[in-house]
Amino acid sequence: MWWTRLKALIVKELLAVLRDPRGRVILIVPPVIQLVVFSYAATLEVRNVDVMVLNRDAGRWGYELVQRIEGSPTFRKVAFTDSPEILHEAVDRQTVLAAIQISPTFSRDIEAGQPTDVQIILDGRRSNASQIVGGYLNQIVAALSASTPAGRRSEASAVGVVPRNWFNPNLIYQWFMVPNLIGSIALLIGLIVTALSIARERELGTFDQLMVSPLRTHEILIGKLLPPMMIGLVHISLYIAAAIAVFDIPLRGSLFLLYGSSIVFMASIVGLGLFISALSMTQQQAILGAFLVLVPGMLLSGFATPIENMPGWLQPVTYINPLRYFLVIVRGVFLKDIPVSQVVTLTIPLALIAVFTLSAAAWLFRKRLE
Amino acid sequence: MSRSDRTRRLGTLVRKEFYQIVRDPSSVLITLVLPVVLLFLFGYAVSLDTTRTRIGVVIEDMTPVTQDLAASFQASAYFDVVYGRDRREFEEALVLGRVRGIVVIPATFAADFAAERNPALQVIVDGSEPNNANFVQNYTQGTVATWAAMRRSLSAGKPPPITVEQRFWFNPELTSRFFLVPGSIAIVMTLVGTLLTSLVIAREWERGTMEAVMATPVTATELLVGKIIPYFLLGLASMTLCVLLAVFVFDVPFRGSVLALYALCATFLIPALGQGLLISAATKNQFLASQLALMSAFLPAFLLSGFLFEIGSMPTAIQWITMIVPSRYLIPSLQTVFLAGDIWPMFGRAIAVMLLMGVVLFVLAARNIRKRIA
Repeated sequence: MWWTRLKALIVKELLAVLRDPRGRVILIVPPVIQLVVFSYAATLEVRNVDVMVLNRDAGRWGYELVQRIEGSPTFRKVAFTDSPEILHEAVDRQTVLAAIQISPTFSRDIEAGQPTDVQIILDGRRSNASQIVGGYLNQIVAALSASTPAGRRSEASAVGVVPRNWFNPNLIYQWFMVPNLIGSIALLIGLIVTALSIARERELGTFDQLMVSPLRTHEILIGKLLPPMMIGLVHISLYIAAAIAVFDIPLRGSLFLLYGSSIVFMASIVGLGLFISALSMTQQQAILGAFLVLVPGMLLSGFATPIENMPGWLQPVTYINPLRYFLVIVRGVFLKDIPVSQVVTLTIPLALIAVFTLSAAAWLFRKRLE
Repeated sequence: MSRSDRTRRLGTLVRKEFYQIVRDPSSVLITLVLPVVLLFLFGYAVSLDTTRTRIGVVIEDMTPVTQDLAASFQASAYFDVVYGRDRREFEEALVLGRVRGIVVIPATFAADFAAERNPALQVIVDGSEPNNANFVQNYTQGTVATWAAMRRSLSAGKPPPITVEQRFWFNPELTSRFFLVPGSIAIVMTLVGTLLTSLVIAREWERGTMEAVMATPVTATELLVGKIIPYFLLGLASMTLCVLLAVFVFDVPFRGSVLALYALCATFLIPALGQGLLISAATKNQFLASQLALMSAFLPAFLLSGFLFEIGSMPTAIQWITMIVPSRYLIPSLQTVFLAGDIWPMFGRAIAVMLLMGVVLFVLAARNIRKRIA
């Protein structure tokens, strides 16, 4: 009996979102496009950089340095100038990210065994890219330095560092980004669909009709919670399939563990969404409220920047963020085959958050009814 | 129809819209609270500045040389070191993410170093976070090179033949807050200009009050202008709040002129509002409008604008897409106004492109609305 009622409500809720053909399209197509576009766009690697060189040196070492810069795959265009003003202007207007100045005595100093230097100006407005490009230029200069007569003498004694990358041998950025996007887009979809569910009925006035129906309060709650969870899980499944089939990301851990934690994750999100929904009087309030949760949720999850880099007083705030735990699970299960015990350790806080948000939503929902 | 009639009608429309904004607490939330939250997050939470990374250092053979090398990792400002004697001690920690890398100083190191027989050490990093992995690799190389140079110069004393003198203009300390906070102002204006506007107007369509207004003598142009003026002002107010916070709370230097700042931001609001109007007219539904605004305005402003990720590093097809993201033109100029000063040739180009986009979006929105009425 209660099942028939509940089923009817779930079907109605799914229809409310999926009935409109545009609604169906917007729920499926943009998230998939996003996954593809953003996973290629969101890279902190630096490529195709334009630089300018002011070479005052007429000798072969200055020429050699320019050759090596031009040969590096990081740089796209190497422009030349004789005038410090043009160099200055190019950096100011961001036509180049870095400017390299070679002094007139560069080759002479090297031949004479005298220490010499190369000046590099980098654009601090893009400090992240600048730092990386600065690192590349330093490597090029160090290699040149090692091939000078004085450098060759000490080469045999240089200490080498042999790197090995575990879990992602070629350090492919998408292997990091796609698992992050799986969690983030599921958060976005789950939160907004749930946040709107009650707010829409309230705005359209159909909520009172629902209240006088034979449905019990907890049945209405469950009926409101399950459809967004189902939609979220369909999304997660789509993305997992895309991660494997389109991006060739190895799934090293167990799919079962991934789904188990996904269900708990979606439960915590849907609880949060319902809480916002119960608090809002209009759809606009629900959407903007969801947004106010969504943005900090994404930024404090370790997605954009590592949590360890945040100031010490802010790090504890991330403990209440469900996405923080889920991203570690998704990345871990995909790339590292993390042990079951760690998945459980990370799922427990998710479950606690779910219990808290769901009961808070139920409490607020009941309170609003009275 | 006299001119004063038209002005009066427009005034009424603007006033009506304005009341509607003030009455709903969520509009206030998004114009005043969200900017503060966002700036706060970009000021503190999103930091690209590197801090100490935890690594394991394995010393396979304890000798004065290897101990000295291991100590130089601890002395570095970039690492937080845990010592061990066997790499297996750290393998699990690497899987669990408790350490980001393992530096292995092999048993043969001391002998190779003394004999100048190409001594080498190994660094194992957690590739599941490529950024961190690169960071650990680079700083390991740096630490080792500095250590070796120190060690050799103690015995032989010769500086490397070529050194690099590196300077960062505009932001010498490389504080990521200094470019993230100005960039986030563009995101705040996208939210007010596109998301809020599209929601509010979509609601009018949804409820049918838009048609009611259309039945009055108001023309489509008046209606559009009347709708957007309040949001234009709201966008500027929200941006002003952000700038004040940036300068007085986050200590971001402001080296340009206020005129340039407002010229850039006001121009940016034209395509942002145009996009909001177009979305609302095309969807007439708050749920669809919010999703479209999120996907076509907020996320691109965040990810495809060069705000966090370098456009030059993206695949060519995606670089083409970024050409139609208005914030792509605003963000570098905003960062320049704050950190470098007024560089008008750069601003002029940005303003021209944003104006053009604004005109195209408004024409599309006006067409869409007129079609609905006919």
